Amino acid sequence: MSVVLETKNLVKRFGGITATDNVTFSLPSGARHALIGPNGAGKTTFVNLLSGVLPATSGKVILNGEDITEWTVRDRSRAGLARTFQINQLYPDLTPLKSVLIAINERENAATSWFPRLGSRSDLVDEAAALLTRLNLGERMHERVGSMPYGLQRLLEIAIALASKPKVLLLDEPAAGVPEGEREQILDVVAALPDHVSLILIEHDMDLVFRFAKTLSVLVNGALFVEGTRDEIANDPRVRQVYLGEEVIAHG
Amino acid sequence: MLTILFDGVAYGMLLFILAVGLCVTLGLMNFVNLAHGAFAMAGGYLTVIMMNRMGISFWWCLPAAFIFSALLGAFLERTLYRRLYDKSHLDQVLFSIGLIFMSMAAVDYFMGATQQIVNLPPYLTGRIEIFGAQVGVYRLFVIAVCGVLAIGLQFIIARTRFGSQLRASVDDGRVARGLGIDVTRIFSLTFAVGSGLAGLGGALGASILSMDPFFPLKYMIYFLIVIAVGGATTITGPFFASLLLGIADVGGKYFVPVIGGFIIYTIMVAVLIFRPEGLFTRGKRR
Amino acid sequence: MSVVDKDAAAPAAASASPAAPAAKQSPSWRLLLDAKWRWYEFAFWLCAAASFWVFPRKLMLLSEIFILGLLALSIDLVLGFAGLVTLGQGAFFGIGAYAAGLMAQAGMGAAPLSDPLLGLLVAGLVAGLVGFATSFLVLRGSDLTRLMVTLGVALIVEELIVKFKDITGGSDGLQGVLSSPVLGLWSFDLFGYTAFWYSLTVTFVIFLFCRRLIHSNYGLSLLAIKGNPLRARTIGMPVNARLVSIYTIAAAIAGVSGGLLTQTTQFASPDMAAFHRSADALLILIFGGAGYLYGGLLGAVAFRVMQDFLGNITPQYWLFYVGLVLVLLVLFVRGGIIGLMMAMRDKISPRDDKDAGGRQ
Repeated sequence: MSVVLETKNLVKRFGGITATDNVTFSLPSGARHALIGPNGAGKTTFVNLLSGVLPATSGKVILNGEDITEWTVRDRSRAGLARTFQINQLYPDLTPLKSVLIAINERENAATSWFPRLGSRSDLVDEAAALLTRLNLGERMHERVGSMPYGLQRLLEIAIALASKPKVLLLDEPAAGVPEGEREQILDVVAALPDHVSLILIEHDMDLVFRFAKTLSVLVNGALFVEGTRDEIANDPRVRQVYLGEEVIAHG
Repeated sequence: MLTILFDGVAYGMLLFILAVGLCVTLGLMNFVNLAHGAFAMAGGYLTVIMMNRMGISFWWCLPAAFIFSALLGAFLERTLYRRLYDKSHLDQVLFSIGLIFMSMAAVDYFMGATQQIVNLPPYLTGRIEIFGAQVGVYRLFVIAVCGVLAIGLQFIIARTRFGSQLRASVDDGRVARGLGIDVTRIFSLTFAVGSGLAGLGGALGASILSMDPFFPLKYMIYFLIVIAVGGATTITGPFFASLLLGIADVGGKYFVPVIGGFIIYTIMVAVLIFRPEGLFTRGKRR
Repeated sequence: MSVVDKDAAAPAAASASPAAPAAKQSPSWRLLLDAKWRWYEFAFWLCAAASFWVFPRKLMLLSEIFILGLLALSIDLVLGFAGLVTLGQGAFFGIGAYAAGLMAQAGMGAAPLSDPLLGLLVAGLVAGLVGFATSFLVLRGSDLTRLMVTLGVALIVEELIVKFKDITGGSDGLQGVLSSPVLGLWSFDLFGYTAFWYSLTVTFVIFLFCRRLIHSNYGLSLLAIKGNPLRARTIGMPVNARLVSIYTIAAAIAGVSGGLLTQTTQFASPDMAAFHRSADALLILIFGGAGYLYGGLLGAVAFRVMQDFLGNITPQYWLFYVGLVLVLLVLFVRGGIIGLMMAMRDKISPRDDKDAGGRQ
């Protein structure tokens, strides 16, 4: 299997603290990979390094064989790297339709057209609407995002990331904070992501992790602790010790 | 030459006393009070009224200006400013510009638009010779008072319990709150003391700086420059920034009167662009 | 302007797409509705034109209202739509004022150099150029830094105007700036007939441009930056380029409004770039309501009417009322006049569909 995304000796330091410690990691295309680890293990920092939200202290990030370490967030996005945020990053005053359309416009270089009215590119609008419908947001595409239930906002977060047709999608705790009744919807969406999208899932919820991830990496204190398939990780006594122990008990 | 340097230092020290309250409150609450100069103006005009109309001694005016401005600051903080802490910088700026305009018009109404002259006691006027340079006695006095104040402030911040709470709150308000420090109370106190110091600065500067209704607007720019250059995380930063600004301003007006203010504004913009956290800050935190 | 013009030439421009008429109730149709002219918009512009006959002795005041409204509109573009705070729009106003004034003086009041439309074009270009050059200063930093940087730029401009006496006339300003007749037909008169229609027309045309700009894909991308710049970047938006373009456009529009004031009052002074000009314009916009396009215009009407009324009673203390209004606005009124009107409308007739239309 070919590799879409990899890091080489990636390091991030904040002052004296090493948040990402010499991580060498590779993601095969079409992967369903989960990144787990105790709180403060540096999972979100790692995603921020991948997506370019934070600059790396040293090491490399490589996308499709190209060194993107110095690339801006924007260039990485255009190269096919999309992400969601643990804390929603939405446009509260816009509608879901417009939120998704914004991303599609950028992808299609249509966002600089300043004379034709909004909505005149019906092909792009229809695509946005179809995407929203696929994610069960179709009914509410004209509502104000800020007043929608939290679970739907989480879905929209995924929808916006998908709108740029990414090759690699980084999902940072997609179901975090979503009430029980709305969770299932999000899990369904994650399960239905197309195969050609390679996926990195950061999650605390072990149900979700073991349901979707085929391979896992465990991050401890910023460093890769162990990598392996779902079964290997589940049965690894060291992992149980540092991380899963409490979780497994907690989940019965 | 030395005289100019001396004047510049006196001016800079004065600016520090005027601006230090603003710097600390900005660092503490991330609150922009552009109307800080209005408190200085209050102190200045109080001095004018007390001395020129009531004939009270200059020595009583200084503490009176401090107390008056501090009380005014505390009152406004309680009634108005408090409502704006969680609002955007734009709102805070608009609000404090509003206060500036109101204070300008109010002073104009009560005192007229002309510049006020303060007659200093005779033993504070005149010049003496130090190191071969002619030095105004009053400037010397200003330097002495401001120097003592600056050292006192630094002592309070570095050595006292209140000072350490203040530093903790500036560093990270949330953590400080978590440690049980009453940040709101500290802020109220700092705001009042800062306003008081501005008032004292206004009183001291009443005869050096031109005391007219445009005072808060004119010196707002200077305060902003002090913040831009000195940062808002320490008081040593603003202190050196004030000195530098004072010397540059006095020197600039003397040597290159043609460009005058231009240099200072350019420096401000340049510093903001290249060192958005100030020249004299401890480098990047976090 | 240049940035957008170039962008518009890109092959992806929407006009190139198969523009099948959008079916009713389709998502595209819903979006197209945003740009539809509403009855109150027609009413507003009809009132503006009708004021010519209603207040025939206040024509100069009315024309100044349009000009102030245009300046506030330019701030609305950056603040209300792209979310960029600025306290220095007066800089571009002043630059435009002097550019137009110097052009007219160079032509000695005769065409072609003193042609008012050419003057406006130059005013817009020069201000836009300075705007473009300084736009890079506002890309970084917090709101506070931006406020200080824009204020600093305005102060520098004012300083330069005062200092370059030979060109600008120093603090005396440019006196007796004469323009040739508009389109060679209407010369500026003492009563302000020409000034009124000229200012109204220019303001209206630029308003149409801004309205179109806002209701386009480009305008939507500005709202995205205002709503969440981090998200805008992570979906691949060149946020900085967008901000540079809108800041430049806004500067050019501010320049045109400054040029208008010089041409209609036949006078330019350093006061036009002063701090209180920027502060007034910002106040006018906040007063009217930022982010609605009409806020600046409505704010200008309210501001000048108030000034005319209160200022006549106590001209000296006008500043007090301005300050009071600012304080009250920040403390109690969100969204200014338009915000108030919308809140009232929602109270009277709560909309049954939970639509997020109207202001975005």
